[in-house]
Amino acid sequence: MPKARKIDYIINLAGVIVLFFLLMFIFDTELLGRVRSYIQGIVIIAMISIVMVCSLNLITGFMGEFSLGHAGFMSIGAYSSAVVTMALENAGIILPDLLLFLIAIVIGGIITALMGVLVGIPALRLRGDYLAIVTIAFAEIIRVAFTNFQITGGGKTLSGIPKLSDYHYVYVITAISVCVMYMYVRSRFGRCVRAIREDYIAASASGINVTYYKVMTFTVSAFFAGVSGAMYAHYITSLIPTKFSFNYSAEFLTMVILGGTGSLTGSVVGAAVLSALPEALRSFQAYRMLIYSVVLVLVMIFKPSGLFGSYEFSLPGVLRTLTGRKKGGAKDE
Amino acid sequence: MEMLKISDLNVSYGAIHAIHDVAMSVHKGELVSLIGANGAGKTTILHTITGLCKATSGSVVLNEINLLKTDASDIIKLGMAHVPEGRHVFPEMTVEENLEMGAYCVKEKNLIAERIEDVYHRFPRLKERFRQAAGTLSGGEQQMLAVGRALMSAPSILLMDEPSMGLSPILVEQIFDIIKEVHEQGITVLLVEQNARMALSISDRAYVLEVGRISMSGQAKDLLQDDRVRKAYLGQ
Repeated sequence: MPKARKIDYIINLAGVIVLFFLLMFIFDTELLGRVRSYIQGIVIIAMISIVMVCSLNLITGFMGEFSLGHAGFMSIGAYSSAVVTMALENAGIILPDLLLFLIAIVIGGIITALMGVLVGIPALRLRGDYLAIVTIAFAEIIRVAFTNFQITGGGKTLSGIPKLSDYHYVYVITAISVCVMYMYVRSRFGRCVRAIREDYIAASASGINVTYYKVMTFTVSAFFAGVSGAMYAHYITSLIPTKFSFNYSAEFLTMVILGGTGSLTGSVVGAAVLSALPEALRSFQAYRMLIYSVVLVLVMIFKPSGLFGSYEFSLPGVLRTLTGRKKGGAKDE
Repeated sequence: MEMLKISDLNVSYGAIHAIHDVAMSVHKGELVSLIGANGAGKTTILHTITGLCKATSGSVVLNEINLLKTDASDIIKLGMAHVPEGRHVFPEMTVEENLEMGAYCVKEKNLIAERIEDVYHRFPRLKERFRQAAGTLSGGEQQMLAVGRALMSAPSILLMDEPSMGLSPILVEQIFDIIKEVHEQGITVLLVEQNARMALSISDRAYVLEVGRISMSGQAKDLLQDDRVRKAYLGQ
């Protein structure tokens, strides 16, 4: 089994690399002509959303709690990384783009994770609706704080953030992030988190420290929301606190639910589809938001568990099905 | 030797004083039951022992360790396993995964595999369904799984909360046979039950709980003959 699993990992890695070269082929040649930078922009925003939505799914899908303030975490990652890279530039320290980008990502992730711990320890004593309310309140506090801090522009737009997020970097970070989150979910930790979601009394009776695992998952989730925020800040290059409002959080939650709570594959697809859909419908102008909502309603009626339920896509699994060598126990793949 | 000793225990839910000065003890190797009607406070006592409820005063001591200062999740490491009321299994996990969760604190893989085999030996039905999601099992099977999961930690004392709840009479008998068997293999058992007749018939000693106070206690066979118990709990 371990050997077969190793091969599966290699095949999946190969798939990720092939996709990368495909993107390079599309964006670095004249294939798309004039719309190239437009399409490229949509793809980058979609990838940033993918990280964000997967991280939210850790809380909503795997831990079974609602977080309605995830945009708050994203804004912490965005602002903290932007402040640091701008300070470095102003101090006249010239670093290669890649290094600066990595610094931004790491700073954004770590600071947001620390905030995740601070919020998580008191908040995760609550469950369900109460926790959801606390997360909304938290996101609002963050937003108001950023509107008033001098260092974050004090209500004005914070602009002049170096543009570092090109699609190569974003692609690699997205792939790594999703991979790490997948491994987290599949690990011993992930199983304990699932156990807590299913029955916290039984989990506690089995010796699982419920609060510890919840705070841990919340922190991991916050970390990746911060990473996503950092990539966002260094792509958009200007930030305004009102962007990270409740609506933005709700948008991510929609993507999680559309894709399927409890499936990272679903989150990837949900984020990609719902990021691209408004753009794809641009030619319908007036009917754009209508179609968007109708799609959501239809999915919820016909597939309430989301597009993927709790199914996870795996390239080796698909290859096996295609070549007719499907084995039993496909669940573990 | 007293294994578990509860003294002067008081528990309140806000303004409601649920448990009044409860004192009870369980000796090593005994099967003790705590019987009482709905709302008497049986589950509250059990939850206080396992750390899910906080006591206002009093003490709960297991092998000289103060349980009131121990985290709910650490109690299993002291050799005390808890089968919660209403068969709390992990519904979306397979039977085998449920059992593995029970051995959460066990690090050696061989030992886990060995204990899973033991559980399957005890409950062949679970072996037949080891890949099935626990939520799809029948009530009786879920109760077996809950007991099996508790046994995965190889406890020295087992707390059982209302194992007969919601089961048909035949299954209740089966479950009580299992409890008896577990006890005969040397595991101390504290059984909390509404079904007084069944509980008393397999117990060594028993306590009767009424509105948060222990009203009677003694040898189980004496209580079975006691007029007040017969009137109140056995319907005679």
